[in-house]
Amino acid sequence: MSSADQAEGERTAAPVPERVGFTEEAATMIRRLTQQHGPLMFHQSGGCCDGSSPMCYQLGELRTGDSDVLLGRLAVDGVDEPVPFWMSASQFAYWSHTHLTVDVVPGRGSGFSLEAPEGVRFLIRSRLMEEDGG
Amino acid sequence: MSRYAAPGSDGAVMKYKSRYDHWIGGTYVAPKQGGYFENPTPVTGASFTEIARGTAEDVERAIDAAHDAAPGWARTPAAERAAVLNRIAQRMEDHLEELAVAESWENGKPVREALAADIPLAIDHFRYFAGAIRAQEGSLSEIDEDTVAYHFHEPLGVVAQIIPWNFPILMAVWKLAPALAAGNAVVIKPAEQTPASVHFFMSLVADLLPPGVVNIVNGFGAEAGKPLASSPRVAKVAFTGETTTGRLIMQYASENLKPVTLELGGKSPNIFFDDVSTADDDFYDKAMEGFTMFALNQGEVCTCPSRALIQQGHYRDFLDAGVARTEKIVQGHPLDTETMVGAQASNDQMEKILSYLDIGKQEGAKALTGGTRAELGGELEGGYYVRPTILEGSNSMRVFQEEIFGPVVAVTGFSDFDDAMATANDTLYGLGAGVWSRDGNTAYRAGRAIQAGRVWTNCYHAYPAHAAFGGYKQSGIGRENHRMMLDHYQQTKNLLVSYSPKKLGFF
Repeated sequence: MSSADQAEGERTAAPVPERVGFTEEAATMIRRLTQQHGPLMFHQSGGCCDGSSPMCYQLGELRTGDSDVLLGRLAVDGVDEPVPFWMSASQFAYWSHTHLTVDVVPGRGSGFSLEAPEGVRFLIRSRLMEEDGG
Repeated sequence: MSRYAAPGSDGAVMKYKSRYDHWIGGTYVAPKQGGYFENPTPVTGASFTEIARGTAEDVERAIDAAHDAAPGWARTPAAERAAVLNRIAQRMEDHLEELAVAESWENGKPVREALAADIPLAIDHFRYFAGAIRAQEGSLSEIDEDTVAYHFHEPLGVVAQIIPWNFPILMAVWKLAPALAAGNAVVIKPAEQTPASVHFFMSLVADLLPPGVVNIVNGFGAEAGKPLASSPRVAKVAFTGETTTGRLIMQYASENLKPVTLELGGKSPNIFFDDVSTADDDFYDKAMEGFTMFALNQGEVCTCPSRALIQQGHYRDFLDAGVARTEKIVQGHPLDTETMVGAQASNDQMEKILSYLDIGKQEGAKALTGGTRAELGGELEGGYYVRPTILEGSNSMRVFQEEIFGPVVAVTGFSDFDDAMATANDTLYGLGAGVWSRDGNTAYRAGRAIQAGRVWTNCYHAYPAHAAFGGYKQSGIGRENHRMMLDHYQQTKNLLVSYSPKKLGFF
């Protein structure tokens, strides 16, 4: 069992309203990366350089813990396990009023995110959460 | 205005090779798996060279080469290591224009910045650490009449350094110079957005270094960065980048019980007290330039003053003047010597900035100038340009809280000193800050109250080698620059020596 699985089991996940979605282009890339690497996870980064980009790893590669919030699980057609999307709780405090959409654009992101060799980069697009959530 | 010719074209001061392999053990080594990737210039979006796509096998080979070289380099007298660093500095100075053009073409930054700042600072950095290592001394403590504790500085051995793309040469030198001065061998992984200019630098200085003391492995983070950062055969990992990768590197380091230094960015406040505007003089002009510094290097600076906090008494007038100053910025071809703002380093970087301008608008921030991609036309059509942008809003907005890494400043007001400090410190980060006041007491108290590793006081964006640089809070661990940086690349060896012939008497 990966650390991510353990952590998810032990903590209350965020929230009833959907907080994170994905575009069809992102879904295509998630399917491709799942075929290459197996089950995946996202962790939203912050800070310098490629901060603000979602990092995509093999599930459990980054150890999540009590300092993280699970924003949602991306249910992608053709991918058996929904892909958890994490963010550090301190960052979530500043981001919680926005809904996030995982998109993908041509690029050459750095960090250890799995999609970079494909010549693309996952990107977050944001909108304000609706009053009634979602 | 004059323009440097593009690298490799007629009249160019430098040219890139059409392909770069890894630099390992003093020679170019092809990637074991044979892969290469294209390296586009953000100036036009066109590829100008291809780069080895490294994997774990290549990383292992580089670490082998570094281990072969490390003992000899560690034994090399400090005076000789310093001489090598000084020779590297001189070689760079002799090729300053070539290095500046190389960096500008690869990163998109205006060549005038590379000529006046990046490369001269890199040169000085080698000279500073050449001097620092000569002056460094161990210590001894006289425990008692017959017992002495000697403290020696010893190099760590082989260290890994992962370099960001915003100052491809200067950031490499920030890490290389102290590591080499301290007697370590190095494996460098440049950013995949800017993998070539470090090779050009190495091509100029390779003959000055023993083979294997500096090794460069290129490739993607997941394929080459991870095997390097997680290797049990490196004694330390130094990384500049963002927080999630920083955590991952700490996690790998914890598995190997190795130290790390991390520089993870910021959201630096730049604070302008009312008294700045009491006269329209040189100081006011300097403060206005300090406000506009958010556009330096297209905002792709970890310490970008990306939050401007302006006191309410002069808020509107100061901000209006700031907008006017910003609109005078010349944006254009990075190789034009008059250009002040060039291209963002990559397409995804530009897309990310635009996504922030979008959420800023949704949150109610008002764009006072800029706010869009810059369509410069002609050969720059395919490049990645964003107009310098001033957003007015409040500190809880995402554009006030996340490092956009673009030429974007988020502006808000404050009532008094305490309000300014509360807003300045209401952030996850603590790398840099700016304080502007004609009153020394106010400036001093603000500087001490702000939770950041560096507070520029009545100045901004100066990076002398002799001043410590690093983060509070989530901005990182450890420091760069300054003699104290040597500590991050050295062990302390204590010899505890008894000169007494007498036994203790326990047994």
